[in-house]
Amino acid sequence: MTETNASTVGTVMQNKKEAILSRRQKARQRGNRIMMIRLAFVVVFLAVWQIASMYLVSDFFIGMPTEIARDLWAWALSGTLFFHASITSIEALLGFLLGSAVGMAAGVLMGRAQTLAEIVDPFLMMFYSLPKVALAPMFILWFGIGIDMKIYLTATIVFFLVFLNTYAGVRSVSREQIAIMKLMGAKESHILRKVVLPSAVTWVFNGLRLSVPYALIGAIVGELIASNKGLGYLLANASGQYDTSAMFAALIAIMILALALNYAVKVVEKKAMPWKAAEDQREMSI
Amino acid sequence: MSPAIAQAAAPVRQPEIRPVEASTLISYRGVGKVFETDQGSMTAVRDITLDIREGEFVTLVGPSGCGKSTLLNMAAGLFEPSTGTVSYRGEIVQPYNRRVGYMTQNDHLLPWRDVTGNVMIPLEIQGVPRAEARDRVETLLRDVGLQGFEKSYPSQLSGGMRKRCALARLLAYDPEALLMDEPFGALDAQLRMRMQIEIRRLAMDLGKTVVFVTHDLDEAVSIADRCVVFTQRPGTVARIVDVPLDRDRDLMQLRHNNTYRDLTAELWELLAPDMEGGDRT
Repeated sequence: MTETNASTVGTVMQNKKEAILSRRQKARQRGNRIMMIRLAFVVVFLAVWQIASMYLVSDFFIGMPTEIARDLWAWALSGTLFFHASITSIEALLGFLLGSAVGMAAGVLMGRAQTLAEIVDPFLMMFYSLPKVALAPMFILWFGIGIDMKIYLTATIVFFLVFLNTYAGVRSVSREQIAIMKLMGAKESHILRKVVLPSAVTWVFNGLRLSVPYALIGAIVGELIASNKGLGYLLANASGQYDTSAMFAALIAIMILALALNYAVKVVEKKAMPWKAAEDQREMSI
Repeated sequence: MSPAIAQAAAPVRQPEIRPVEASTLISYRGVGKVFETDQGSMTAVRDITLDIREGEFVTLVGPSGCGKSTLLNMAAGLFEPSTGTVSYRGEIVQPYNRRVGYMTQNDHLLPWRDVTGNVMIPLEIQGVPRAEARDRVETLLRDVGLQGFEKSYPSQLSGGMRKRCALARLLAYDPEALLMDEPFGALDAQLRMRMQIEIRRLAMDLGKTVVFVTHDLDEAVSIADRCVVFTQRPGTVARIVDVPLDRDRDLMQLRHNNTYRDLTAELWELLAPDMEGGDRT
């Protein structure tokens, strides 16, 4: 049976490769078509906006695409855009890292120490239900209006999302799985390293992906309330001058930053969980 | 044939003959187990007295929910019996009996590890050096017919291949006894037969004691040296039969074997009354 198995394995692998190739080709064609339709949508949308702002509604309310583009271009050339974007990125990123590190650690600890989790549960839930941006005035009092206040605000928001997801991930490991590991002679440390942490990774990344927009909320809201730099400041400043096009330009800059952060998490996620890609490639079977 | 040659030949054949009284490996003495649930207490098994001898292939067969799995769990030390004792090599089983390997219906492979990585786990736990572990995994994968799939993730494997992988992992830490809880339940008939042939061959080659739980009577008789038939819940032993088939039987040809047919027919009669009342519980 070993001999025949080896040869069938060979042909099976061959067929599989061919199937994957043709599937990839089809996927690429489809991808191109979708890209074209998207592009067309953007062009039509911008054209309608431009015409509307010229003839239908005052550009005081809705700005004007050409103006927005001009502002963005001017900011990009003068380095304003890069400067403010980098401030906001640093706030969001450091807050994100701090919040998710503490969140993961707390999630793993409570996931494995059930009594502790039960004791602190009501307090955590009280804190969780508080809208975190409401803490901003307090944080200004404690940390001033510099960059660190935004980092802590962001970290507080991110903490809960990552903590709750990590906790759920750790708790989701089946008792049977752990029993099987123990029969193999596994100690608590083995179970933690080989089963609990890797199985929580999927959940952790869920939390991380959810956190990206929230990290930006922390940074931007912090900047809107009190600051003299960052994209949030740029937005507040434009709004102070009733410059609608500049406000839109700031919003677009924020959006681009959010997309970049999302993409970064996705790339890291793919690297950290190669088995997920394998699952996605699989033929559907119900 | 001269007497001298006959005498010389006798000791050579000796190892093939099974000792009449092999030592007892797992022993159940008046075992009962009651589970406390929200709906009240539920008796899974009662009055089980059963000895599993070293090196033997025993199947436990009976209707679903008659507590066969409970017996395996107690042998593995996952929980204690409510009454009676379960002992392993003469000692009462303590939590997590590491001398047994457990294979359940769900293979519990780790989805983030490829086939090699999954089989590697018990060796990593034992602290086997990396290079040696790799060699052993390679041999094991060949033994279970998984060569060529070393780098595949469980999600990419078929049901049969997942079972093979779980089996390789089980054999990797070389337990004395294999506890198998309907391991092939989800497989189709052909694949199931192949896995049955292989598990029997591996158990014979490696000298493992196997306790194999199934609800399939044909499977129970065809792979067993001894077959224990259970009654409906609360499960208790209805009958223990020695299966009078060769140790190196050909499972493919059993359908044409009269001894096999008579025995399954007889045991079927024993189980059939239970099946009729099955829906009432």
